[in-house]
Amino acid sequence: MTCIISNAKVSRRAFVVGSAAAGGGLALGFDLPFGAPASAESTALGTEVNIWVAVKPDDTCVIRIARSEMGQGTITGLAQLVAEELECDWSKVTTEQITPGRNLASKRAWGEMGTGGSRGIRTSQDYVRRGGAAARMMLLQAAADAWKVPVGEVTVAEGIITHAATQRTTSYGKVAAAAAKLTPPDPKSIALKDPKSWKIAGKPMKRVDTANKLDGSKVFAIDVKLPDMLCAAIKDCPVYGGKVASYDESKIAGRPGVERVVKVKDSAVAVVADTWWRAKSALEALPIVWDEGPNATRSSATIAEHLKEGLTAVATNGGRQNGDPLKTIAEAAKKVEAVYSTPFLAHATMEPMNATVRVSADRAEAWVPTQNAEASLAALSEASGVPLANCEVYRHDLGGGFGRRGGTQDYVHQAVAIAKEFPGIPIKLIWTREEDMAHDFYRPISQCRMSAGLDADGNLVGLHVRVSGQSINAWLNPAAIKDGKDERQLQGLSEQPGDAQLGYDVPNLAIEYAMRNTHVPVGPWRGVNTNQNAVYVECFIEEAARAAGKDSVEFRRALMKNHPRHLAVLNAAAEKGDWGKPLPAGVHRGIAQFMGYGSYSAAVAEVSVSEQGKLKVHRMVMALDCGHVVNPDQVAAQVEGSVAFGLTAALYGECPVENGRMTSLNFDTYEIMRLAEMPKVETVLVPSYEFWGGVGEPTICVVTPSVLNAIFAATGKPVRSLPLKHVKLV
Amino acid sequence: MAKLNINGKVRDVQAEADTPLLWVIREHVGLTGTKYGCGVAQCGACSVHINGEVQRSCSIHLGDVKPTDKIVTIEGLSAKSAHPVQKAWLALDVPQCGYCQSGQIMAAAALLKKTPKPTDQDIDEAMTNICRCGVYQRIRAAVHMAAGMATGSNAPANRKRA
Repeated sequence: MTCIISNAKVSRRAFVVGSAAAGGGLALGFDLPFGAPASAESTALGTEVNIWVAVKPDDTCVIRIARSEMGQGTITGLAQLVAEELECDWSKVTTEQITPGRNLASKRAWGEMGTGGSRGIRTSQDYVRRGGAAARMMLLQAAADAWKVPVGEVTVAEGIITHAATQRTTSYGKVAAAAAKLTPPDPKSIALKDPKSWKIAGKPMKRVDTANKLDGSKVFAIDVKLPDMLCAAIKDCPVYGGKVASYDESKIAGRPGVERVVKVKDSAVAVVADTWWRAKSALEALPIVWDEGPNATRSSATIAEHLKEGLTAVATNGGRQNGDPLKTIAEAAKKVEAVYSTPFLAHATMEPMNATVRVSADRAEAWVPTQNAEASLAALSEASGVPLANCEVYRHDLGGGFGRRGGTQDYVHQAVAIAKEFPGIPIKLIWTREEDMAHDFYRPISQCRMSAGLDADGNLVGLHVRVSGQSINAWLNPAAIKDGKDERQLQGLSEQPGDAQLGYDVPNLAIEYAMRNTHVPVGPWRGVNTNQNAVYVECFIEEAARAAGKDSVEFRRALMKNHPRHLAVLNAAAEKGDWGKPLPAGVHRGIAQFMGYGSYSAAVAEVSVSEQGKLKVHRMVMALDCGHVVNPDQVAAQVEGSVAFGLTAALYGECPVENGRMTSLNFDTYEIMRLAEMPKVETVLVPSYEFWGGVGEPTICVVTPSVLNAIFAATGKPVRSLPLKHVKLV
Repeated sequence: MAKLNINGKVRDVQAEADTPLLWVIREHVGLTGTKYGCGVAQCGACSVHINGEVQRSCSIHLGDVKPTDKIVTIEGLSAKSAHPVQKAWLALDVPQCGYCQSGQIMAAAALLKKTPKPTDQDIDEAMTNICRCGVYQRIRAAVHMAAGMATGSNAPANRKRA
């Protein structure tokens, strides 16, 4: 099968900013943003002590946040880290979000803003803590200077500075202006606290951003109201790579509130009206003829065939080998084989894609839910033609991100294209849910052929992993593919420690990737490729363990001798999950472990399968070692949410393709798990205090395989394809 | 011109009769706490109370709402988030992104009005709104807390530090 890839061209400017924001080429570099000198400005937001901290006269500490908040608790966690080193009164902490225009104008003083890959805290923790510490040192120095005493004699607790010998006290609010005029300390001179002594970080502080989520007052980007604003609804060609052939605007002439129809690039049509509902209704009434192009013949069936071919073809797209796995497996006492498959999945953020954009001759502004505000800024500038310095993005906390609103910024490009037709008028573009489901960057589809050899004692002596499927990098970032190799699709199977290492040593091992791209856009989806790869590895290890007649945990432990962190988390899940202990009649357990985003995860699932084949997931024990834990309650919240996200995928998730287009376009067919199906989740934190791992994504990937392995225990039959709604369990 | 009673105030609305109540509330009345999620009464992000019953406002036409119908949105549920559901939501840090939470809170408040001491099964049946962040475990605990009947088995997640 040949596939037409209609990848959007990445402009040079977007690439420069975008890749820098992604920590790539650093064409726009930044110094370690630990605490650049203050502008010494005093505003309503307080006196800026350094870039991370401003203090108001009433002692309120305003902590600046560069990363995006999409529910994962990053604002609270980052504020805790700064406040910990600042030694301020946590009850007087507020936060302020930095805009990308301000960051750019300050030579990216706040560093990277992109929020994905579970990096929000772990890759900025060092410099934000140094920023907090530097501010504390300057505030103490200012007090000491005023009192004419050595700074070493001055102490601080909860923002109150004390000179014990003379029984004098002052507060951060009183010395902030003087502190702002001091020279910041050398970052190398800053000694950060031992996390084991933390008082604010490491504690289950309440989130700082809950109150306005309870009364409807939180303004998401979709809620933005601006003077003279018009609204737009859009329809992109349902077949990827297709174009607009024609449309008949006369058919919607005279409809209330409608301004006009705008063709957006080659492939989309938008209607602009005074309200979004009127725009959307008119768009539905507008006859559009599409030139669907050659991709209209593609379907789930043709794509599955394309991937199946990759299971046996010569694989050239990455992997590794040790020993002689093929010979070992061929000559093994017992051979185990299985083929697995996982489908395309949509992100389905609860807040649909949207952006509000105003473009005039010399200025462009956007109000956007974005995981990468600098990529939004780049997209705004690129699409509007307005220089970056005259652009600004007002980022709104996202109504869900999950990887959908990162680097691509397709909805910003569209909104700008429409807004350019209405100079000076703000245009709010909102996608329907159907548009959102039809034009996602989907979790890539893949299949996997697994073969194993067991020796006479049931030990795993050979393993052959062949992944065939679509590449995210091929769609979004071809430059990351070197010599045809794309290790990203093998996430979680790496030999290298640190980020996504396979926790098993097999004496004869082959891991191979056959890239088989399709015409469907793909992108990162919470947990990215760990999700599929964990299903393949952990379900197959289960099949091998059963073929060997061994206990699931013991079989794994034998392969994990050189992976103590993986093993510790597996053991914690097994222990807290009561592995090996009696269960109620009809209830069965399954286990899985995997690594991603620098963190180690394991899960024990308890399920039952009724005589009619109905599945019930009763309990999930989720163990996680993310190194340092900044807020245990919010880590637990992420783990709980990851169970719902993972189970939704396992039970229902699929985006079928027919005639080149997606056919599941709303929640009636793209089902999302509801409360009644939510199992009891127990989060077991195994903090090793030895590294900084991610939290938002790592645990999702063990949810599905642990449940599938529990189903295997219940029914005696392995599940090898998803979603479960198509699998007859008994 | 239609008359609507929203949060105790009578509003004059100029919109077509087939406009969904959701979009009347958001775009004509200007209350944006009620959210669009699907438009087909699946997700419940648009939940409001009409005469005390929870309803999905995306699938009710303006023309089907009577001037005497009492509509309550999240903005009108209580003054200063004083409703027990809002208090419990705050106490347990229920929301993540928060987008679906107006609808979840309205559904929970309607449940408790009818069933002051709901069982887990009552909660399963009443709380059918979609949350993509997956905060269902905390929603269950918070509904029980709001009902003043948090039980051992339904307390917030058991969190252990190994």
